[in-house]
Amino acid sequence: MRHIRTIIDKEWAEVFKNRWVITTMTLLPLLFVALPLVMLYMTNSSLPVEMPAESAGLPPGFAAACSGLTAGECTQIYLLNQFMLLFMMMPLIIPTTIAAYSIVGEKTTRSLEPLLATPITTIELLAGKGLAAVIPGVIISYGVFGVFVVGCLLLGLTPAVLSYILSPSWLLGILVLGPILSVIATIFAIYVSSRVSDPRVAEQVSSTVILPLMLVMFAVLAGKLVININFMVIAIIVSALIAFGMLRLGTVIFDRENILTKWK
Amino acid sequence: MIKTRGLTKIFKIGKKQETELIAVDNLSLEVERGEVFGFLGPNGAGKTTTVRMLTGLIRPSAGSAQVAGFELGKEDTNIRRNVGILTESPGMYERLTAEKNLTIFANLYDVPDVEKSVNKYLSMLGLWERRHDTVGSFSKGMRQKLAVARALIHEPQILFLDEPTTGLDPEASKTVRDFIEELKTEGRTIFMTTHNLDEAERLCDRVGIFQQKLLTLDSPASLRDKMFGRKVVFHLRELQASWVNLVAGIAGAENVEAVDNKLVVSLKDPEERNPEIIKALVLAGAQVQFVGEIRHSLEQIYLEMVQSHERGQA
Repeated sequence: MRHIRTIIDKEWAEVFKNRWVITTMTLLPLLFVALPLVMLYMTNSSLPVEMPAESAGLPPGFAAACSGLTAGECTQIYLLNQFMLLFMMMPLIIPTTIAAYSIVGEKTTRSLEPLLATPITTIELLAGKGLAAVIPGVIISYGVFGVFVVGCLLLGLTPAVLSYILSPSWLLGILVLGPILSVIATIFAIYVSSRVSDPRVAEQVSSTVILPLMLVMFAVLAGKLVININFMVIAIIVSALIAFGMLRLGTVIFDRENILTKWK
Repeated sequence: MIKTRGLTKIFKIGKKQETELIAVDNLSLEVERGEVFGFLGPNGAGKTTTVRMLTGLIRPSAGSAQVAGFELGKEDTNIRRNVGILTESPGMYERLTAEKNLTIFANLYDVPDVEKSVNKYLSMLGLWERRHDTVGSFSKGMRQKLAVARALIHEPQILFLDEPTTGLDPEASKTVRDFIEELKTEGRTIFMTTHNLDEAERLCDRVGIFQQKLLTLDSPASLRDKMFGRKVVFHLRELQASWVNLVAGIAGAENVEAVDNKLVVSLKDPEERNPEIIKALVLAGAQVQFVGEIRHSLEQIYLEMVQSHERGQA
């Protein structure tokens, strides 16, 4: 554990001295929490609350899920469906920023060889680098989601909309699926980081990990997908299996020799 | 402390890894405890690859080695625990302070009292006053000193120094060299790769001249004697031609040459033969002003070895 703690400490000491990383980590979550709150604020005051949900002009697949709700509530829930996904995107984006630089950064500053020459094992190194990226991502995501919930309460949303935000499916998504996706994104970014020689390439390639979640977002936007508890449970199981497989694969393919000798 | 048998490293290069590049070919050597061993060779000779193999960073393609009593390839973590490495480039964490850099490595090497060790080496290498400054603000020499401290923080039995003074100004080079001499007196085993032959001659007990394979291995003095023999110069007030034959007739004296007022004589054991030659010259009427020895530098030996190896390959 001492080695893992040391690597986490080192990564954070380096990362949090970089102004640009701090800016990314601050601005993006602020944007992600501000956007839905502004949208909710606007729809809260502009939509006629008594109009039936069928009249809200929403995609048919989604409108069917709005039974018993007013058009205003249904519109807000429809919008929330997209914005809630942003909270799941955050634990992917923030760790990717850190993890993409983790190995290639050490290669460019030539600090990787002395580090690999210590008695640290591959698993300890990967765990340290990975946790150093995952932990801030998850903490920030949880924190931002908490701020969002407080903002929703202050906006005076109807109990139906509030209960949708705090529904088991979204709580599972943000509190459980988010960290698992974060692990996947981090392992992928570390793998890319160990294979390339340019930090910019590492960041670009690593950011592609967000694409599957974007597809889900577009499907929700088009009304082709309604996120419910079943979807979340399946997503959690599949993601956990992928994360486990990547973790196993990562320790096998992370090879000191290749990283040291084949990156130029 | 270090024992290799037929250590070989072949890299597969090219897009399809179709070409084999022999970086280290059948290296067998032994480095004793407390010895400073100089590993000399031109750029691309395979010196760094050898160091990387011996520190468990890359796997040998063939052969075996024992480092600090541990088997290479089987006990690499133990090897890494017992050796310190100064890489060619210091590779410090530039945004972090000198103290933080050393603390990180002390923890990674499981040093029991981190603070004590960090403070000891910061003071020893003259970095105490700058311990709270980020390494990015350090000069090249200071970074190198910090890298030396990092290599020693866990008190390793063996120290691998890869080009320890390359790119340093004379003052910083001297500081590093003095420190290596100090380590030598502490009885640590040092395996040093270098281009600086003068440095190797001053610091190393033995040197190996290496270019993919070990061309020769001995102490600088023995290498000099083996390759060039020993030449003694007898400076005379005036020289008579007959004295050349007189000296040539003395047992052990070879290749006697007259140069100006000097006689240059190749001798295997000058300490034994010099008095005899001086006596013969004085009896013949010569006035011997002084006697000196022509010393070939390690650089000449090195160039001779490397060039003859290259000629052989051509």
